[in-house]
Amino acid sequence: MLVTTDLGRRIGEGWIWRGVDVQLMAGQNLAIVGPTGAGKSLLLRCLAGLDPADEGRIAIDDKPLDQWQMPAYRARVVYLHQRPALWEGSVEDNLRAVFRLAAHRSKGYDRSVTIRRLAAFDRDATFLEKYAADLSGGEAQIVALTRALSVEPSVLLLDEPSASMDATATEQAEELVARWVAESPGRASMWTSHDAAQVERVADRTLTLDGSRATIS
Amino acid sequence: MNGYLQIGYAQTAVAGLLIVANLGLSAALRLDLGRRLVIAALRMSVQLLLVGLVLEWVFSLENPLPVLAMAAAMTAIAGVAAVNRTQRRFAGVYWSSLVSVTGAAFFVTGLALVGIVRVDPWFDPQYLIPLLGMVLGNTLNGISLSLDRFVESLVQRRDAVEATLALGGTRWEAAHDQIRDAMRVGLIPTINSMMVIGIVSLPGMMTGQILAGAAPTDAVRYQIVIMFMIASAAALGAFGIVFFTYRRLFDDHHRLRLDRVHKVAA
Repeated sequence: MLVTTDLGRRIGEGWIWRGVDVQLMAGQNLAIVGPTGAGKSLLLRCLAGLDPADEGRIAIDDKPLDQWQMPAYRARVVYLHQRPALWEGSVEDNLRAVFRLAAHRSKGYDRSVTIRRLAAFDRDATFLEKYAADLSGGEAQIVALTRALSVEPSVLLLDEPSASMDATATEQAEELVARWVAESPGRASMWTSHDAAQVERVADRTLTLDGSRATIS
Repeated sequence: MNGYLQIGYAQTAVAGLLIVANLGLSAALRLDLGRRLVIAALRMSVQLLLVGLVLEWVFSLENPLPVLAMAAAMTAIAGVAAVNRTQRRFAGVYWSSLVSVTGAAFFVTGLALVGIVRVDPWFDPQYLIPLLGMVLGNTLNGISLSLDRFVESLVQRRDAVEATLALGGTRWEAAHDQIRDAMRVGLIPTINSMMVIGIVSLPGMMTGQILAGAAPTDAVRYQIVIMFMIASAAALGAFGIVFFTYRRLFDDHHRLRLDRVHKVAA
């Protein structure tokens, strides 16, 4: 589904990573691991088209990134920031606002689906009325994940999606994403995580970024 | 009602004595303002005496070229000054500011000279220079405030802007809140001054005309025209700078390019 060939990115003179070949197939969950500063987030940002790569190619469904209209591409390949960024307003405002974007206007906000997704985190409809600025880091990540799932992407790029969540919420988030990928064909996820146990739990395969080398296992 | 009492250089110097009172106060209270106050007072006097000489020379010519050259110099200085008041810059920011201030100020001043005041000849410096000067001063403010707020809020709200992009939003959708906010801030001084004009403040140009012997009702109409010019030019200039900045900081791939922004000590 999402394929990169010989992808490389440098900062100044040095390469952060080079020769990255990722083949993310439908139904797969791939984890990117590596020490801090190895460029895990940067790789996800490049795959989302938020940062440029310096060499190599990215393609989804055999169509290269540069032939896509970026908004249409990003509607399919959604990147979730490590620091969840919510817009001003309530939780429900956030979940509703995404459907005002031209890329998703045809879909429309479905409150019952939202409530079902939030139920996976033991949150009920009253959670929707909370003000985004009052949420804890973990709660904000729950909203950001729910918001990303609501636009029905094909690929979820999850950058430390549970870094601020407690153990229960982390488990619930992992379960939700796993269920989401399995639920329908043509879906896949990519994770970064500092937690080796989490990688073990969520990933079918791992991509290790270490210095400038990239290895898949 | 016409004519006015002239002030000679000796009388001007007497007015300078008023500053001495401030100096005494500063010395008595150890405020350490003396030196800066003297420098500021000297600069003000020298700058104004010089500009008086330049204007008198330009006014005596009947050729549009020196008038336009002076207008161009004033505009360039305004364009540079607008950027110099901001802390975050990007390559091309000076050009963006120059184009915005020139476009806005020349368009509005030209329209007023030819279409409203109907000056003949159109370049008559007695009208062109003061009108342009007032328009420039306010356009500079608008550009400076809008530029500062726009770049600053993109930096501060980077995560939210990128979240919109990451969810499939276009660059326009991602920047819209920040654009609206920057325009609003750029127009605050203009709108505020229109709100209280004549009640809290008596504008300098109007009082000047009245001192020079114009009928207050005439002076007021001039002031209204000027305020419309100022409001229009400030809005155009602010829109120009926000548009250029938007094009510069969001690329064609709908990416936010804050790597193009650097901070300077202002």
